[in-house]
Amino acid sequence: MDQALSFALLAVGLALASSLVSCFAARFPCLLRLVALPVFALAGLAALVAGVVALWDGGTATMTLPLGLPWLPWQLHLDALAGFFLAIIGIVGAAAGIFAPAYVRGIERSSESLPMLGGFTGLFLSGMLLVVLAGDAFLFMVAWELMSLSSYFLVAFHHEHAANRRAAFLYLLMAHIGGLSILLGYGVLASFGGGFAFTAMRAAELTPGWASVAFALAFVGFGMKAGLVPLHAWLPEAHPVAPSHISALMSGVMLKVAVYGFIRFVFDLTGEIQWQWGVAVLAIGSLSALMGVLYALMQHDLKRLLAYSSVENLGIIFIGLGLSLLYLGTGHRLLGALALVAALYHSLNHALFKGLLFLGAGAILHSAHERDLEHMGGLLRRMPWTGLLFLIGCLSIAALPPFNGFVSEWLTFQASLQAWQLDSGVLRALIPIVAATLALTGALAALCFVKVYGIAFLGQARTRHVRRARPVPSSMRAGQAVLAVGCVLLGVLPTAVVALLSVIPEQILGHGLPQATAHGWLWLTPVAPETGSYSAPLVVALLAAMAVAAAWLWRRGVVRRVRRGDPWDCGFAMPSSRMQYTATAFAQPVRRVFGLLFRIDESVETDNKGVLRHRLAVHDRAWTLLYLPIARLVDAGVRRIVRLQSGNVRIYLGWTLATLLVLLWIIS
Amino acid sequence: MTLAELPLLQQLLLVLAALVLFTSFVLLEQARLVSAIHAFAWQGALIAAITVIVATGGGAKHLYFSALLTFMLKVLLIPWMLHRQVQRLDLERHTQALRRPALVIMAAVALVVFSYWLALPMVAQELTFTRNIVAVSLAIVLIGLLMMVFRPQAVLQVLGFMSMENGLFLAAVSTTQGMPLLVELGVAFDVLVAMVLFGVFFLQIRDSIESLDVDRLNRLTETVENER
Amino acid sequence: MDYLLTFLPWLLAAVQALLYLALAPLLAGWLRRIKARLQNRRGPSLWQPYRDLYKLFGKEARVATTASPLFRAAPYIVFVATWLAAATVPLIAVDLPTAMVADIIVLAGLLALARFFLALAGMDIGTAFGGMGASREMLVSALAEPAMLMAVFTLAMTAHSTNLASMIDAQLAAGLVLRPSFLFALGALVLVAIAETGRIPVDNPATHLELTMIHEAMILEYSGRHLALMEWAAQIKLVLYGALIANVFFPWGIAQSTAPTALATGALVILLKLLALAVALAISETVLAKMRFFRAPALLNLALLLALLGLLGHVILEVGS
Repeated sequence: MDQALSFALLAVGLALASSLVSCFAARFPCLLRLVALPVFALAGLAALVAGVVALWDGGTATMTLPLGLPWLPWQLHLDALAGFFLAIIGIVGAAAGIFAPAYVRGIERSSESLPMLGGFTGLFLSGMLLVVLAGDAFLFMVAWELMSLSSYFLVAFHHEHAANRRAAFLYLLMAHIGGLSILLGYGVLASFGGGFAFTAMRAAELTPGWASVAFALAFVGFGMKAGLVPLHAWLPEAHPVAPSHISALMSGVMLKVAVYGFIRFVFDLTGEIQWQWGVAVLAIGSLSALMGVLYALMQHDLKRLLAYSSVENLGIIFIGLGLSLLYLGTGHRLLGALALVAALYHSLNHALFKGLLFLGAGAILHSAHERDLEHMGGLLRRMPWTGLLFLIGCLSIAALPPFNGFVSEWLTFQASLQAWQLDSGVLRALIPIVAATLALTGALAALCFVKVYGIAFLGQARTRHVRRARPVPSSMRAGQAVLAVGCVLLGVLPTAVVALLSVIPEQILGHGLPQATAHGWLWLTPVAPETGSYSAPLVVALLAAMAVAAAWLWRRGVVRRVRRGDPWDCGFAMPSSRMQYTATAFAQPVRRVFGLLFRIDESVETDNKGVLRHRLAVHDRAWTLLYLPIARLVDAGVRRIVRLQSGNVRIYLGWTLATLLVLLWIIS
Repeated sequence: MTLAELPLLQQLLLVLAALVLFTSFVLLEQARLVSAIHAFAWQGALIAAITVIVATGGGAKHLYFSALLTFMLKVLLIPWMLHRQVQRLDLERHTQALRRPALVIMAAVALVVFSYWLALPMVAQELTFTRNIVAVSLAIVLIGLLMMVFRPQAVLQVLGFMSMENGLFLAAVSTTQGMPLLVELGVAFDVLVAMVLFGVFFLQIRDSIESLDVDRLNRLTETVENER
Repeated sequence: MDYLLTFLPWLLAAVQALLYLALAPLLAGWLRRIKARLQNRRGPSLWQPYRDLYKLFGKEARVATTASPLFRAAPYIVFVATWLAAATVPLIAVDLPTAMVADIIVLAGLLALARFFLALAGMDIGTAFGGMGASREMLVSALAEPAMLMAVFTLAMTAHSTNLASMIDAQLAAGLVLRPSFLFALGALVLVAIAETGRIPVDNPATHLELTMIHEAMILEYSGRHLALMEWAAQIKLVLYGALIANVFFPWGIAQSTAPTALATGALVILLKLLALAVALAISETVLAKMRFFRAPALLNLALLLALLGLLGHVILEVGS
């Protein structure tokens, strides 16, 4: 276990080294690409190794750093849960590090701020690693802020556009509100535990009321970072504007760090779990999943779409966590462990496929200079490898067997179908409804990614620069391939993964999932073999066998030739690329059926030449329902306060005096 | 006690009760007036069938009579009267879709869950299967009220009212083997009178506000500001 | 799970899988014939779908110049995924290892996989019809899927299992029990089946009227063996839903052992059930008219409502505590 910790420290060190090296990139731009980013990839690899070793070993390791405050030295703590998230950070970090050099080359010329990009990327990674490794709330918060701040600078990387600056500011603002909420939550725990170390908090006995307060604060804080509806508004603004490998890290990994924080705080530190928390988490999770995918469907900017889809997937993860809380709160420890494993599995999966898709979007951006789906088309024939890898990502995120997204959704379904064991009839009715929402979400996600893949990679190119797209360098492909292989492996060998993951509930809940893997590596049986079983290897084998049988059947004797010709299209003229269905048209039925949930501005105007113009904008309802009222409230409050700003120095001094007196009175 | 242990007759009773609940949803959502009237008639028929089953199972002879009464009144007479009203008011092809149906249906589903939750404490005193029917009948009553809230059309309002009465009747039949015959007769008579009154009322509001939309009755308020 | 490694059940599963292949065109032919009779036509022979498939397999496939490799791979993927999904549904005997390999959620997932590639294939050529068909198909299925899963969950919660074989066993063991939840789930599943297999009133399998097509619009560009595979997959899907409805809700007659008489009875009974279901479908298709596309969500909402009521019915009426 100590090896794992030293590997983790090595990862942090390498990340910091990568950040340090990049400082010199202003003089020698190639330094970033040749040294800093490979070191970054190595840091990812080290974190991956550390995580896997920690999971394998199943123990815990702690260490006190000679840093921090005198009475509060920083403590590192590595257990299975932390190890698992280290592995997530590591694998996506490594893939991004492999992908990035070629990508950075594309922006090397145009951008002045390479040191900033490299430096903050390294800091960002080390921040995330330290959050996971932290053994006390103080280090946790410091690392958390390091992660938030460095990612703020990365979001603001293309700061020449005003919209990007606005997105970055919104991100900073919400990250801080969230950070404050988490800090208060830790404050509650610390006051009961008598210290900021996690061990003290774990030992503390909270009263139910204060436990709920701590839970609510943590849910708001971590939920804001995880982009749960309605606190998601920053996410679709901030994630797309960063460089693509950073988007992959932010969407794939940083959101997972929030999930880690939530699990650590609620499952591990808070103590007695109440089932009402589960209901709240379930409700917010389902809402996020559904709204996330619906808004993703309305986007035609590829990266923005992927960002909204992250909201959806985090919703699915939180559905799993909510189920787990609910079962744990009602005393069903086995089912709680099952739901927790489902949520963790989906975290890993989402990191892999969302990282893959963001890197794919980066490859498209690199090669075709395009983010807008409406301008793409026919990329599969121009970038076949990226096309294939992106397809794997789409299949995984659409939760189709035998890929990884399906396994975690299947586990979540299995966990929710055990609702009949609950005593409360209302909960028994509620949970299957949540499961149906999950099914709707999955089907809509499939719709969404048919749209993405069909519009971007199939059909014909819609613009000239997309027509000229060339395959990307092999290092970029390698970065994507790492994640794609992960997607396939996690889909085909779920039993091994679940066996590895069941250490985590064993450690923090005291109850593992022995029966899930009790029937050999072929069979995944979360509860019992009669209740439900899934054998991904056999599904793949059967699919292959059937394909072989089918091919063999009509290989013999019948015509094999394929003749090429013009498309038929019901006998209409040869279609041009402008006659294809567009992304907006593809999603139009959804827009109409779920119209209630969007704020749609649609108008048809005739300009002075008599040309019809169709304008369509779909807005996020969260803005009008939540953010603008708050903004107005704050605005009105500030207007009150601004009256103090009279410009007279003596009045300011008077206020200072008054403040001083009040403070003195309070502390006396 | 699980369902499979109940005698077949009681299982049938539960199936019919669930179907009554379904007709309530159909009533709530139905856009066409004539179809809504048919749905109401079906609801009545189902309730009559339930009454017959309870009568066979429990041996309360007067229930046969009340089943007959229900059948005559709610399956034949009232739908026929409503039909004639609709014909006379020339509303046969009238459709009025529910606005935001998804939300209303979700509200109705929530009402079902809520009434189930309300009925839960009864388990301590009664048989489970009775509790369940009480939950269903309470849901039917609440959905009837919900229908009166969300459907401004006067005929549909009447149907909502009548289906509330159906829910109450279902509860009475299934839990306490029906009310005393005298009470039942009185209620039936009341319903009939209400029906006649409603008929007159339709004609009157039709004459005075040229529509059967009860929202238009807002104009009858004294304050002028309410008028759009 | 050890018995799965023995030979006989796997053999049985293979036979059933092949039976699906063999039965699918027959059911399509029977359906067409009944419909023709109902419309006072003589109609084609029962064996016509077989002849059509044979003819298509013998023909050269023509592929548009704008097609990508995915276009040529898609028919195989669609066919195999649908076939595997079908192979998990017990047809003549319950005792299936494939039902253990893939439970009913996996079945839904496999059908979704097939649909995913079908829709992608529709969009590949870059014609407007293909995109339209893909968009509509995905929407219909997105609305149908929650209804289907909720209906299935109701059954699963009764049987405490998502495994189709266990569900059928539980149903058989309980004997005749009138369950309100099953009634509603049946209604929901029938509506879902109609929507998913592209029957009237959601889609018209016989149409080539351009703006009303859904399924046909996606396979418009296919010919030869590719078209044959797509058509065959669609026919298998119809049998799959038929067998699912017939065997889950009315499992009586299905073979519970591997005795030859039981198997023979099972085969005969399922054939009769499927033919009867096809008659019902033919009648409903003759009576109903195809809906406008944007009316279809209303139908699927009804399916969802039924499934929801089934679930609530299960919780409220059936589970005593």
